[in-house]
Amino acid sequence: MTDQPKIRIRDLKKSFGPKVVLDGIDLDVGVGESVVVIGGSGTGKSVLLKCVLGLLEPDSGTIEIDGENVVGISASERERIGNKFGMLFQGGALFDSLPVWENVSFGLLAQKRVDRTEAKELAIQKLAQVGMDAHVAELHPAELSGGMQKRVALARAIASDPEIIFFDEPTTGLDPIMADVINDLIVKTTHELGATGLSITHDMASARKIGNRIAMLYQGRIVWAGDAASVNESGNEFVDQFVHGRADGPIKMAVRA
Amino acid sequence: MNPLQRIGRVVISFLAAVGRLTMFMSSALSHCVRPPFYPRIIVRQMVEIGYYSLPVVGLTGVFAGMVLALQSYTGFARFSAEGAIANVVVLSITRELGPVLAGLMVAGRIGASMAAETGTMRVTEQIDALTTLSTNPMKFLVAPRLIAGITMMPLLVLVADVIGVFGGYIVAVYKLGFNPSIYLQNTWNFVELHDVLSGLVKASVFGFIITLMGCYHGYHSRGGAQGVGAATTNAVVSAAIMILCFDYILTEIFFAK
Repeated sequence: MTDQPKIRIRDLKKSFGPKVVLDGIDLDVGVGESVVVIGGSGTGKSVLLKCVLGLLEPDSGTIEIDGENVVGISASERERIGNKFGMLFQGGALFDSLPVWENVSFGLLAQKRVDRTEAKELAIQKLAQVGMDAHVAELHPAELSGGMQKRVALARAIASDPEIIFFDEPTTGLDPIMADVINDLIVKTTHELGATGLSITHDMASARKIGNRIAMLYQGRIVWAGDAASVNESGNEFVDQFVHGRADGPIKMAVRA
Repeated sequence: MNPLQRIGRVVISFLAAVGRLTMFMSSALSHCVRPPFYPRIIVRQMVEIGYYSLPVVGLTGVFAGMVLALQSYTGFARFSAEGAIANVVVLSITRELGPVLAGLMVAGRIGASMAAETGTMRVTEQIDALTTLSTNPMKFLVAPRLIAGITMMPLLVLVADVIGVFGGYIVAVYKLGFNPSIYLQNTWNFVELHDVLSGLVKASVFGFIITLMGCYHGYHSRGGAQGVGAATTNAVVSAAIMILCFDYILTEIFFAK
């Protein structure tokens, strides 16, 4: 880990009307490191990710990518920074009007970095990286199972060789075996790219597998951060309750909205 | 809440909605004229709007023309003014019924499908995915649809005009016993370029309204299937009302002396 983190988040705040979602987040992600943010549903994990991606504008605070503050920058600057990113969406978010190969190479085609023939070859190559046959390239996303869609989405996230990859609940909605396959692929592909990873999940098996470090988000703050290996002995009652999945403890689930 | 507050809240939320729509419209229009363009998508949308709406618009046109001839005959026969039927049919169709009826039919067909498609893309995070793949969703989704709507509606209305006049001719000649050549002669003598052109300008404006409403409501839909359903309804209803409203305004501009 070098001195300058890849992503540095300081005092990040975001509210929707009267509802405070992020209440001063501080988080560093080192170069080549994989940080997993865990937390219950509705704790603002997705909002945190969307702020870093630039899909939501935070109310205050700073987000630095390679030492450069990206909060409130212009659209063209944002596009330049965005080229460093790859994102795996929770539901895959594949474009169902396009065949698989165009989905995978969409970003490259959009930036005109390749022509359509090259794009197709590249897509097949990326699909092979996530363990899929070339014939899948011609199918449409609706013809694939959930696990296969996730793999195609992963292939799309890594297609432009991003420096930072974001994973939004990568294992949600998959059976335990397919979840483990996806986790393995995430570890393998990010390692091959040497990319930095920032993931959010509530699946502890996934968090342990893909994370070097784990941070726990509760009520808009990071309440604990530490090595993935030490998450069982965190000594933090919030983390303990979450890791062991107990209904009783300091975390009170909002049963009523 | 007292009545005054209630009124205030309604006024403010109305103004906010108008403001949001205006911002969306100006942003979308600016993306229509700035590169990059997406010719493949523009062509696809043109085919969708222009070609696949032909049956529905044609049927609407033929029956509108037929009923117009029949109705004006029963009315005009009382004043022995049957000769004016050709005149009434061609003017009503080109100035009013062609653009308005085609507009309403296309609003139902295209406005609804656009709202449902972009709405589904919003709730499945496909619009966010576009942003993360260096593609501006306003440019990629909204601008091509607006361009296709503005250019294709006049062509559709031209077809509706011809078919509508033909419908009037069928009824006048085969049911009411008019002389075919005199009927056509009357039609041709009465119609002026100004009448047809005003109808085509209306059609272009209606095409803009339909696609704008479809995209706007879809783009801002939220909350899963129910939200997409609401967006679809809103797109069609608001487009239909605005078509009728702008029809009056444009008629005032074109024909009021």
